[in-house]
Amino acid sequence: MILTIAKKELRGLFTAPSTWLMLALLQFLFAWFYFARMDDYLQVQAQLAQLDNAPGATIAVAAPLCSALALMLMMLIPLFTMRLIAEERRNQTWVLLLTAPVSATHIVLGKFLGLLSLLVFILAGCAAMLATLLLGTHADVGLMLSNLLGVLLLAASYAALGLYFSALNKQPIIAAISSLGLSFGLWLLEMSASDSRSFLRAISPNAHFQNLNMGLVNSADLIYFALLIAVLLWLTIRHLNDERLHA
Amino acid sequence: MTAPITLSAQDLTRRHGPRLVAVKRLSLELRRGEVLGLLGHNGAGKSTTLQMLTGALPPNSGKVEVCGFDLAQQPEQAKACIGYLPEHPPLYRDMRVDDYLLFAARLHRIPPAQLAEALALAKQRCGLQESGHKIVGTLSKGYQQRVGIAQAIIHNPAVVVLDEPTVGLDPAQIRDIRALIRELGDSSSVILSTHLLNEVENLCDRVIILQHGRVIFSGSSAEMLANGNMEEAFLQITEKEAASR
Repeated sequence: MILTIAKKELRGLFTAPSTWLMLALLQFLFAWFYFARMDDYLQVQAQLAQLDNAPGATIAVAAPLCSALALMLMMLIPLFTMRLIAEERRNQTWVLLLTAPVSATHIVLGKFLGLLSLLVFILAGCAAMLATLLLGTHADVGLMLSNLLGVLLLAASYAALGLYFSALNKQPIIAAISSLGLSFGLWLLEMSASDSRSFLRAISPNAHFQNLNMGLVNSADLIYFALLIAVLLWLTIRHLNDERLHA
Repeated sequence: MTAPITLSAQDLTRRHGPRLVAVKRLSLELRRGEVLGLLGHNGAGKSTTLQMLTGALPPNSGKVEVCGFDLAQQPEQAKACIGYLPEHPPLYRDMRVDDYLLFAARLHRIPPAQLAEALALAKQRCGLQESGHKIVGTLSKGYQQRVGIAQAIIHNPAVVVLDEPTVGLDPAQIRDIRALIRELGDSSSVILSTHLLNEVENLCDRVIILQHGRVIFSGSSAEMLANGNMEEAFLQITEKEAASR
């Protein structure tokens, strides 16, 4: 049942022209950043070569690129998540799911997995672009993979957050703005944290992403993301159940 | 009548806000093979009642049982026995008719091996054979209504709930849909709300009239017709009730 809903969601996303437009825009921006970083790197490469233990192309190009991708996804994902529940309510198609023999858990996990598949598809495109580094240099594949994992986990967290706001609202645009606002707020928390042991850093997803961004796969960060996603999905399920059972 | 009860509601009450009571202590029973008509003026609580019967809206109090399953306690088993066409058909406008109906069928747990058969039968019953590849949003209002009905009957439910099924259809389509409802009434139970009194006269075995969220008449359509024609009987009942308030 979860897969039925996930497949329908994914098909729905791919039949909407807006999805393709956003994907094209994202790929274009990603490619632009890629060339810009590459250009910078090539200009200083001669000087870097003088250093002992000089930073390689992966840390100089791929890591900042993934960081930029994370920021772009933070802004894009609310536009996808707003459709998931809020738009169904507005278009009065929600009642089909509400009166079908499916539980709120099926609906929420189905919708989440559907969107997650799209995010994996987006990341695959970016990963393919990063893989071109392998053609010209001995790239650090481990670092690239940890970066991609980081972006995926971060994107999945934003998707779960967006889904929650989509369940709370009837107006898609309000769902999008509130989830963007909170994602941005969490991002700012990390910026405003004074030292690395600050509580603010501990709760900001971006701070946990930075470890993966540096190539550090820490079980604490992985658990943080798993917990964040699970709690947000649970809140969404709880909210939908409340709405179904109590007048 | 000895046919088994497929749908029963007891003391359903729904408030919209603290003051406005949309439906008050409504009880009804529906047996297999019965067609029940829900009549009433605009705002009498017909749609709210149907929403509560199908699980689209939780009641403030009261309970609904479908095929012996409590809608609040065992929602999945109960909902599997219902097909529902709401006032606004729940259509994904950018899907093809076939894909939409298959999605509805999968949601209602039709096994994959029987999907094609269920789709063909639902399309044939609703006259959609030629429309399978069309995009739902491009269909006319009448055809969208048919897709809405097809979605409600594709899993061959024991109880079919139709909220104004013939609204917006042309006379030929109305005739076809009425024939379909009669056909459904042989094997399942049907409950439909309508403003059209001749629809009730033609289709329904029993009638419930709602006013201000209460049942003011419940009986067979033959009983209503005993006082002359349907329209007179309806007006007599509702006006008598209005005068007594």
